[in-house]
Amino acid sequence: MSVSANVVQKPKKKHIDAVLKYTRVSPVTNILISVLFILLALLCFLPALLVAIVSFSSESSVITKGYSYVPLAWSVESYTYLFQQSSSYIVRSFLNSIGVTLVGTVIGLVMCSTMGYALSRPNYRLRGLFTWFIFIPMLFSGGLVASYMINVQILGLKNTYWALILPICCSSFYIIIMRTFFQTSVPEAIIESAKIDGARQLRIFAQIVLPISLPAIATIGLFFTFAYWNDWMMAKYYLDTNKQDLFPLQYVLISLETNIDFLTRQKQFMGVDANTSLPSETIRMAMVMVSVIPIACSYPFFQKYFISGLTIGAVKG
Amino acid sequence: MDKTLKPSQAPVAVKHKKKKNGGSNGSSFDNLELFLLHLPTTIWYLIFCYAPIFGIVIAFMDYSVSPGRSFLYSLFINSKFRGLGNFRALFNSTYFNIMLRNTLVYNIIFITLGVVIPVTLAILINQLYSKRLAKVCQTMMFLPHFLSWVVIGYFVYAFLATDAGLFNRVLPSLGLVEARHRWYEDIGFWRWFLVFLNQWKGMGYGMVVYLASISGIDAELYEAALIDGASKWKQTRYITIPLLRPIMSIMLILAVGSIFRSDFGLFYQAPRNSGGLTDVTMTIDVYVFKALLVNSNINLSSSSSLLQSVCGCIMIILSNVAVKRIDPEAGLF
Repeated sequence: MSVSANVVQKPKKKHIDAVLKYTRVSPVTNILISVLFILLALLCFLPALLVAIVSFSSESSVITKGYSYVPLAWSVESYTYLFQQSSSYIVRSFLNSIGVTLVGTVIGLVMCSTMGYALSRPNYRLRGLFTWFIFIPMLFSGGLVASYMINVQILGLKNTYWALILPICCSSFYIIIMRTFFQTSVPEAIIESAKIDGARQLRIFAQIVLPISLPAIATIGLFFTFAYWNDWMMAKYYLDTNKQDLFPLQYVLISLETNIDFLTRQKQFMGVDANTSLPSETIRMAMVMVSVIPIACSYPFFQKYFISGLTIGAVKG
Repeated sequence: MDKTLKPSQAPVAVKHKKKKNGGSNGSSFDNLELFLLHLPTTIWYLIFCYAPIFGIVIAFMDYSVSPGRSFLYSLFINSKFRGLGNFRALFNSTYFNIMLRNTLVYNIIFITLGVVIPVTLAILINQLYSKRLAKVCQTMMFLPHFLSWVVIGYFVYAFLATDAGLFNRVLPSLGLVEARHRWYEDIGFWRWFLVFLNQWKGMGYGMVVYLASISGIDAELYEAALIDGASKWKQTRYITIPLLRPIMSIMLILAVGSIFRSDFGLFYQAPRNSGGLTDVTMTIDVYVFKALLVNSNINLSSSSSLLQSVCGCIMIILSNVAVKRIDPEAGLF
């Protein structure tokens, strides 16, 4: 069956490719469009390159020549400074970001997949009720002030790691994407047969549904990973400026914006000679690169999941 | 309630059993188990989404903290009910008109460009001969989507910094601006630069959304059009765009529904909270944030926050109705 389908498919595809050749734009238009997209791609990429180059410039080059694509001298002193001090807040913030991202992603995946699975079961009696339950917050929210008061005053989240994780660990959008995926890709027959074998829902979910739903799990997991890694608003809302131990990387970047003192203050604490000049300009940019490089290196490989995430979840309520 | 449920449940289970040859052993177990499975998520929703919805009473109170007592005591016993007083104070505040204008005008520009530019780019990139070039460009254009506004703020700073910024090192020698131009106080520049930044960050993502839909269009449609002698422009006009309409309308509803929201990072973090730019960067979200965490004015902050939520809810329902009237299939709910 499948073989014959393939045989039919192939000439058809060739035929369509041939058709598409005829409907192509003219070569001149093609060149114009190519130039346009090369320019747009550079527009998106060159700012990142500038910051990368500055982070590898020598401090004196930045002082005399400013931020430039062609520095007077190259140097890695900013990076050696960042990673020399193993006990510094910077390494700590890097670990904070990694920890928050990992824990947040796991919690988020558990939250979204369990709800998505329950809502995808046609026989689930409370399906309609809970579909509305997750849908209403998409329409109406209490707003920042009410959430802030509840998180701070009632839950006591201020200045805790949980403040960086819990408020953003679930999303109705992701649940709907999951639900749609389970509905279309997990056949009811598999679940029925597992039930015949005496499996309970938790076991069916963990041992049957999740393993065959890896594409959806990967997609939502990536959404969460990038969201947590890039999050700075929770830190801005819920962390006091003197709780540097809790700072994620993004919030350290915000602190460095206004005062490079954030680094020098620690220097005094650690008994390093305060006269040693701090490569402050390049250190900032090196910090930016530390937060960008994991993303810039990984997203080209993961972008197909993002694209499929957009299409599998044709977001319908 | 239970009693009314059970009789109706039994026939379902029996029917089910019959159909599956007595396979499934009762779906009331299933219901309980499924409920327990998503109980953590349910609790999360109650705490983080539904409790704040009741928290909107703050907007109608003259909130005053009583030290040492609980939040609920402060709110319900120590604070006086003020009715719409907070809203009156909000409407009279100097920033109200500015923040409403900025939020709405910028969002209208963002929404319009946010449909036109990505759709155009998606159609154009699909025409490229070299699929490899298309892939590389698409990947590079996707990069800003994955960066936080904090990082983008630094990118912007590398160009706009007064002393070391690339612009101030290059442009004055070309005679375009005076030396040491203070970009972070240049309202005229930021007014348009905010639009640029928004599009710069969102362009790649938007393009990918529409590109995914375009690649799903059946090539036979184009073949038929070709036989009928339709030009490339006509094929785009009469095949591609009509088939993109459902996804366009969903993106539009989502965008219009959040017309009272603004990207806090874009308006606060990218301009580095520069005081000289308030006239263009003060949006509702920036105002709520500043009133709550900088000035600790909970009354003004909560009332503007509530106003934003209510208006947003109305807008999303209205836009859904409007879209459904045009195309009954395209609504979100």
